[in-house]
Amino acid sequence: MMEWLSDYGSFLSSRQGDILIALREHIYISALSIILGAIVAIPVGIWLGGSRIGWLNSIIFTIANVLQTIPSLALLAILIPLLGIGRTPAVFALFLYSIMPIMRNTYSGFKAVDPNIIEAARGMGYSRLQRLLRVQLPLSFPYIMSGLRVTTVYIISWATLATLIGAGGLGQLIFSGMGVNKTELIVTGAILAVLLALAADFLLGLAEKWVTAKTRSAPASGTV
Amino acid sequence: MIRFENVKKTYDDGFEALKMINLEIKEGELTVLIGPSGCGKSTLMKHINRLNNPTSGKIYIRDKDISSIDPVELRRSIGYVIQNVGLFPHMNIAKNVAVVPKLLKWDKEVTTSKVDELLSMVNLDPDVYRNRYPSELSGGQQQRIGVIRALAADPDVILLDEPFSALDPISREQLQDELIRLQQELKKTIVFVTHDMDEAIKIADTIVLMKAGEVVQTGSPEHILRHPANEFVTSFIGKKHLTNDTLDPGMIVDDVMSVNPVTASPERGMAAAIQFMERHRVDSLIIVGKKRELLGYVSIFNVLQGYRHEDSRLADIMKPFVHVVESGSSVALALTLMNEHGLPYVPVVRDGQLVGLVTRGSVVRHMAEMYNPDDMSLEELTAEAEKLKEEAPLEPAEADQEGGGRT
Ligand SMILES: Nc1ncnc2c1ncn2[C@@H]1O[C@H](COP(=O)(O)OP(=O)(O)OP(=O)(O)O)[C@@H](O)[C@H]1O
Ligand SMILES: [Mg+2]
Repeated sequence: MMEWLSDYGSFLSSRQGDILIALREHIYISALSIILGAIVAIPVGIWLGGSRIGWLNSIIFTIANVLQTIPSLALLAILIPLLGIGRTPAVFALFLYSIMPIMRNTYSGFKAVDPNIIEAARGMGYSRLQRLLRVQLPLSFPYIMSGLRVTTVYIISWATLATLIGAGGLGQLIFSGMGVNKTELIVTGAILAVLLALAADFLLGLAEKWVTAKTRSAPASGTV
Repeated sequence: MIRFENVKKTYDDGFEALKMINLEIKEGELTVLIGPSGCGKSTLMKHINRLNNPTSGKIYIRDKDISSIDPVELRRSIGYVIQNVGLFPHMNIAKNVAVVPKLLKWDKEVTTSKVDELLSMVNLDPDVYRNRYPSELSGGQQQRIGVIRALAADPDVILLDEPFSALDPISREQLQDELIRLQQELKKTIVFVTHDMDEAIKIADTIVLMKAGEVVQTGSPEHILRHPANEFVTSFIGKKHLTNDTLDPGMIVDDVMSVNPVTASPERGMAAAIQFMERHRVDSLIIVGKKRELLGYVSIFNVLQGYRHEDSRLADIMKPFVHVVESGSSVALALTLMNEHGLPYVPVVRDGQLVGLVTRGSVVRHMAEMYNPDDMSLEELTAEAEKLKEEAPLEPAEADQEGGGRT
């Protein structure tokens, strides 16, 4: 056991450069897809949450659901003729996957806001934008954050497949490990992906707490 | 001040919530909208701050058509308490109360002191409650916050939709008093929705009674109580209010008399009379003839005096009535007679026949009926009184022993 560990240690230091590059690529791909996903899905979710056009809601949710169910390998394969290979199609595919959960959570968050509170806000004289920013968004924030966290975790794990279309990342370590039958590579890639997911989830959790604390505890004015 | 002209409201689903409303809400008055659930009170009220817009017709505030006013501006100038409180759960109490001042960009210091002033006004210590969140307050406390939130920016017009419904009776009374005081001091124009006729009578300058999207009657509480426009109003007011506080000058002795006075025939002897009095626990008997013609009365003292003579009859010792009232006379007359001559009771006669007896007891009982809308039995009422006494011990009112004894 000790022997294996020290072997593994020397393996790590010898491949340190590759590993760090793969990790960086992985973070880059995942973060970019999630950010893009959030930019698209949160506003759409908000808009759907406020819209009263029922059929439009069902159409959009159906499309997002269908996208969700396309097997990831198939999606990647479909994208190659359209976007070629490399990071672009990988990010695009992961972006498509991130839309649905983020949108659904945002939508439920907005739907969950008590209509009485919305009416009170209207009656007090909040404009539409003020209502959105000061009432609806803060109240649905926990839902939106939980959508982001769940999505982040599984986008990080799916991003290991991105290497199949030449996008690099931790998947690279795993697949080359499989190619040359080197367990250390596979283990390293997998462990790093797991650690990365846990770390991202933890950081997002901290961010959520911080934002909530900041918006909640500030008194109406200077005095406490 | 606020005028509805031919306002109709049909909701998107085709439901006709308001049918032809014409209504004037006077400046500086407290107007109460009242009516059964679903009659359109909230719908009507929400037209004033444009949360609802009429399907047809116009609404004016100070002769200005409000459809030409920006709704957001309009709402900031009108205080509004929503039916279900609707505090913002993510804001602490101070922030909740300060919502409109903040929207109006008030100075922070001014806002803070206003918030504290309002919290104190509704008996919530600012130091304790300022930084709490709505979820940390009881339902009643939340309602108070809802009310002061509407007052925060000193609006001229305040709309309150069942603001006191979740309060216990004592806080409710307190806040009603507070509202009346506020209204009288500051001359705000207040529109207040309630289900509760007692509340309406207590606080309203004008009551607007609604039914199924229509205004059935408008007027002062006194006017509506005295002159209900139709059956619906009468039943909505409820029997107990018709003569509540006001002994209606139209009320006649027949309404209040007890119809089964303890009577005896003039042929009876003394022993029989005593036993009769004991059994009925009265200290005098009314003597009537075969056709219930009123002959006179005997008191227990007369009977005891006559007891020695074995063959004396009630006819020998009875005394005639000096004061009687005719059936159909006003209660006021009977009460005045009893008062002036210190009488325990007055008989009521029709064509010389006894039809009933007005005693202090019968008047009191009649009033008790009026004030006991739930028809609680004496036992229940007593139990209730006991409970109250335990909570707040009071000197028991002196029991009024009366000669007639017919209670
Ligand atoms: N947005 C809406 N769409 C359709 N119908 C509505 C809407 N809002 C209210 N209604 C209907 O309009 C009628 C009047 O409602 P409103 O809320 O004004 O009653 P209310 O007198 O305030 O009753 P309550 O005393 O129960 O509060 C009800 O029958 C209600 O179901
Ligand atoms: Mg209502």
